[in-house]
Amino acid sequence: MDFNSTLLILDSTLRLSTPLLLAALAGLYSERAGIFDIGLEGKMLAAAFAAGAGASVTGSAYAGLLLGVLVSIIFGLVHGFASITARGNQIVSGVALNFVAAGATVLLGQAWFGQGGRTPQLSTDQRFLGSEPGFAAELRDIPILGPIFSELVLGHSLLVYIAFIMVPLTWWILFRTRFGLRLRAVGENPAAVDTAGISVTALRYEAVIICGALCGVAGTYLAISQSGGFNNNMTAGKGYIALAALIFAKWKPVPVMFACLLFGFLDASAIRLQGAELPLIGRVPVQFIQALPYILTVVLLAGFIGRAEPPRAGGVPYTKER
Amino acid sequence: MADTAAKPSAPPAIRLSGISKSFGSVRANRDIDLTVRKASIHGIVGENGAGKSTLMSILYGFYQADSGTIEVGGDKVSIPHSQAAIDLGIGMVHQHFMLVHNFTVLENIMLGAEGAALLSGGIARARAELKQIEKDYQLEVDPDALIEDLPVGLQQRVEILKALYRGADILILDEPTGVLTPAEADHLFRILQRLREEGKTVILITHKLREIMAVTDMVSVMRQGQIVDTVPTAQTSVEAIAEKMVGRRVLLRVDKKPSKPGPVKLSVRDLTVVDSRNVPMVKNVGLDIRAGEIVGIAGVAGNGQSHLIETIAGIRQPTLGSVELNGEKLDYKTLDPASLRDEGLAHVPEDRHHMGLVLPFEENENAILGYHNNPAFGNGPFLSISAIRDHARERIEQYDIRPPDCRLKTANFSGGNQQKIVLAREMERDPDVLLIGQPTRGVDVGAIEFIHRRIVEMRDAGKAILLVSVELDEIRALSDRILVMFDGKIVGERGAEATEGELGLLMAGIAQSDSEVHAVPDPAMVDIAPGQAPAETQIPGERP
Repeated sequence: MDFNSTLLILDSTLRLSTPLLLAALAGLYSERAGIFDIGLEGKMLAAAFAAGAGASVTGSAYAGLLLGVLVSIIFGLVHGFASITARGNQIVSGVALNFVAAGATVLLGQAWFGQGGRTPQLSTDQRFLGSEPGFAAELRDIPILGPIFSELVLGHSLLVYIAFIMVPLTWWILFRTRFGLRLRAVGENPAAVDTAGISVTALRYEAVIICGALCGVAGTYLAISQSGGFNNNMTAGKGYIALAALIFAKWKPVPVMFACLLFGFLDASAIRLQGAELPLIGRVPVQFIQALPYILTVVLLAGFIGRAEPPRAGGVPYTKER
Repeated sequence: MADTAAKPSAPPAIRLSGISKSFGSVRANRDIDLTVRKASIHGIVGENGAGKSTLMSILYGFYQADSGTIEVGGDKVSIPHSQAAIDLGIGMVHQHFMLVHNFTVLENIMLGAEGAALLSGGIARARAELKQIEKDYQLEVDPDALIEDLPVGLQQRVEILKALYRGADILILDEPTGVLTPAEADHLFRILQRLREEGKTVILITHKLREIMAVTDMVSVMRQGQIVDTVPTAQTSVEAIAEKMVGRRVLLRVDKKPSKPGPVKLSVRDLTVVDSRNVPMVKNVGLDIRAGEIVGIAGVAGNGQSHLIETIAGIRQPTLGSVELNGEKLDYKTLDPASLRDEGLAHVPEDRHHMGLVLPFEENENAILGYHNNPAFGNGPFLSISAIRDHARERIEQYDIRPPDCRLKTANFSGGNQQKIVLAREMERDPDVLLIGQPTRGVDVGAIEFIHRRIVEMRDAGKAILLVSVELDEIRALSDRILVMFDGKIVGERGAEATEGELGLLMAGIAQSDSEVHAVPDPAMVDIAPGQAPAETQIPGERP
């Protein structure tokens, strides 16, 4: 593989890992607070639809982003109500929301736009597209570093930068702020938080809202940055992959980024490797390449990462005990 | 202070009047009046379920009283949540520590009192302030240690520091010694006395009467949600308090006749057991138990007693050595606890929640656990529900299990009654050998008396009983012979008349051990090589 195609693969790795990263960080906030969220997928899908529909109706990408985030937060609040206030089963609630999102997006899409569940194709000014600043062209002429800089660092959509800035920001919030300390504590031992005079309920709702917002950005990215509109089931399991990355990374922000980059890289190579001849193996079936990220997830989770210890109070509704 | 009226003495730290609290139909607290003097240690005793913890939770803002008033330092206050209690200078050390296991000591102490939205400034301030508090009260602990790496005694110290850091003047401790060794408990009492000298008020909730006598100035006795008496500790006695707690006279000594040992029932030879990390926990232990005697194993928790009893019961595999039951060697490769029960070896596990009971099950289901294959309880794969329930009702009556409801979830029984459920199950099948671990852990005085009497009755019926307990009083009261375990070995054998001091020294591994004692002289004693890995056992005792 030559230099340029390596760059291209790495470039698309960044693009493909962006939604994973946003969703995994979303899950990190929620799960660190003790609310398991299998509904990342559903929130992303709902946000993607809302963003696609919003951008096409209003003609503004930012309105699409706002709607996507809003809808995702509403989904998050429903999950929060079920698992914090009503003390329900968090897995059941998450799965239910995934189904609601899968069904409702198609239903509403067909009803409103009549294109088989899709939202209308967006024009470029209704999307978040990367634009290269003027000096990019000049940089490109510098050997090696030039192309690396202009391909990998510049020219991405705004949402890609948001995703990667969220990594150090999340680390900083989690380990350097009062909110982060309490968030981590409430996921491990909510009774300790309660007896310290802090509201467990409020903390967990805050976590669920942040989770919703980040999933909203992830969904928006899929619909109006990566594609020109919403497609049926366009998340295609990315929420679950993000969840796997989160567990794989043991609920830590920087490892989450590397896990997402790994999954993104596999995805990117899958596209590249389609139809390519590999030495010794010969032509690899497309389906195998496409399945690779999922196979890797299973293998990694099944034993290669050691014990992933989730936050202790995760999945358990908090009740004051007698 | 609000009350400037000419009063001869300062207002009490706390005055509760007419506090009542119900949970559903259960009246946990009924019309409680309680006054706690400033700068005193006030004990509150009562059996499990007497309402002690509920009362203190009301004071700490965890629950709201249905009626009644609270005064703190002479001012009438309302405490709607824990933050309000903290603001009033009330701190609480809960029975189950409220610590985040993977946080450092400092992070735990700061939680909820961080100072500012960013941690950086607060950490430095907290560290300095913590140093000062540690110095004032002699409560040293490494601020950067992770909680999960600390022994329980130090974790408790962190809880106390947490309260002091928040400026607590009134400190409530809920059953603080349940998890501590005697030495750690003594250290805690010295800390409490020190706090009193510094003008702090301490409320100590416990059901251990000796602690009350040792450390408190005043004692209030609770029974069935009410305070039945409040007296200066100096003017009362253990017997008087126990009687008030239970509402009748309690026999604190166990009345038993000298034992009449029969033939050897259980014989352990050169038993060595390693744990999952391959560290030997039981080292070359030999002992014999005869019919009609109780052999007690004393020792600080973690010195191999648990591994010994669990190995004999068939839960762990022995590494070396053998066990004979009624003269027949047990093959642990093929025997499981169920078949051992059939052979006449019953086991009351040390931790009833973990091993003895399935807490969400109904009482009647737990009453047959392990014996569920008995044809009396079913037909092939089907259970006979009515037979099981009849059986449970019978046991409930025999063992005075309360409430007498075999359909009640086991978790809803008190500790003492849960223990009775386990004992009833294991004793009723008339085993030859009974292994009993911690029979009265977390059990109240009335039930202790009952359980002890049952154990002695089993002995008098000619059973061989091996008793493991970390309560030295219990070992001394029940045993006919006492073996002391330290670092996986039996380091001494004493008669029932051994003094506490004598046993204490053996337990600490300090006294002249009888070096590699075999409980019963064994002509066929063969020395095996000691374990390869170094022992990592240590006494979780007092730290400098």
